[in-house]
Amino acid sequence: MNCERMEGRLIAYLDGRASRTERREVEAHLAACVACRTRAEEFRRLWGVLDEVPVEQPSPSFDARLRARLAAEPARASVWSWLMPSPRLAFAVSLLLILSVWISSLPPATPPAPPTPVNSEAEFRMINDLPVLEDYDVLANFEALSELPPSKPASGGRVM
Amino acid sequence: MARSDVQLMLDVKAGDDASFELLFRKYRTPLVSFLYRMVRDQAAAEDLAQEVFLRIYRARKKYAPSAKFTTWLFRIAMNLALNALRDGRFRQMEVSLDQPGEDERPAMDLPDHRPGVEQELVARDRAALIRRAIQALPEKQRAAVLLHKYYELDYDDIARILECSQSALKSLLFRAYETLRVQLAPLVTPPRT
Repeated sequence: MNCERMEGRLIAYLDGRASRTERREVEAHLAACVACRTRAEEFRRLWGVLDEVPVEQPSPSFDARLRARLAAEPARASVWSWLMPSPRLAFAVSLLLILSVWISSLPPATPPAPPTPVNSEAEFRMINDLPVLEDYDVLANFEALSELPPSKPASGGRVM
Repeated sequence: MARSDVQLMLDVKAGDDASFELLFRKYRTPLVSFLYRMVRDQAAAEDLAQEVFLRIYRARKKYAPSAKFTTWLFRIAMNLALNALRDGRFRQMEVSLDQPGEDERPAMDLPDHRPGVEQELVARDRAALIRRAIQALPEKQRAAVLLHKYYELDYDDIARILECSQSALKSLLFRAYETLRVQLAPLVTPPRT
């Protein structure tokens, strides 16, 4: 390892977070390089020096001010939630509105003819009458029929 | 058994404001101290710290424990501090290592020979010198040193807060400590015999 590579390794070595391999590499270099060894010793001393700075404390009013702001939060949030809908909701409502306007502006399409309802009884009757319908021309011109007396309506008007 | 920060935050999410109070008490001092060292203004640091807590409280319903609580906390703090410094909302301190800062009292005109007073003055001068050296670092290096040295966060957490890779962070820390080593040489270098 050269001095340049120490830049990425030395801090982790000194704070004890380097891997075993990295530690061995750094130790080998420090044993051979006086400049890096001096730097490493001074870094250790520097960290001790940095501890001399006392921790800054919040002022006595800090807690009270924060509690007051927190207490004001829910009320403020509810007012805003009424006045300002969320962007997602606003977008969704706008999109729905635009779609509604667009759909209502389209010309009305011609509705397809509804299928004729056929119930099963009518269908059955039609199937029964098929042979008669097939011979309709013959029956219509059958002279012998004209000589028959008129049929009684009680038979349901059916021609057989 | 003490609840973890993540558990406390999940309890806050469920509507337990007392858990938020515990988090707030635990982190108010480290947070104010961090922000003070970033912006070097007590009032500004407290305003920013309050904003950090408010943002966390407002986001409680959407909280998902994807990272450590401290990573989230300091990431918000870091972003607020950088924005504040760049916007100039708070006074950007021009730090001179030769001039005393505002937190240093002028030296007493008359010597006070009471035991302990002199030592106290020396300690205060040393602390002021160290603060100025830290303050003179570029913002990102300063934040890296604070999070590494004073809050002992993992490299992964610091890298997330600073939005850089771990290898970039290690180089950043090396350069920052190297600058401090040079600036604070009188305190760091052992006296030659």
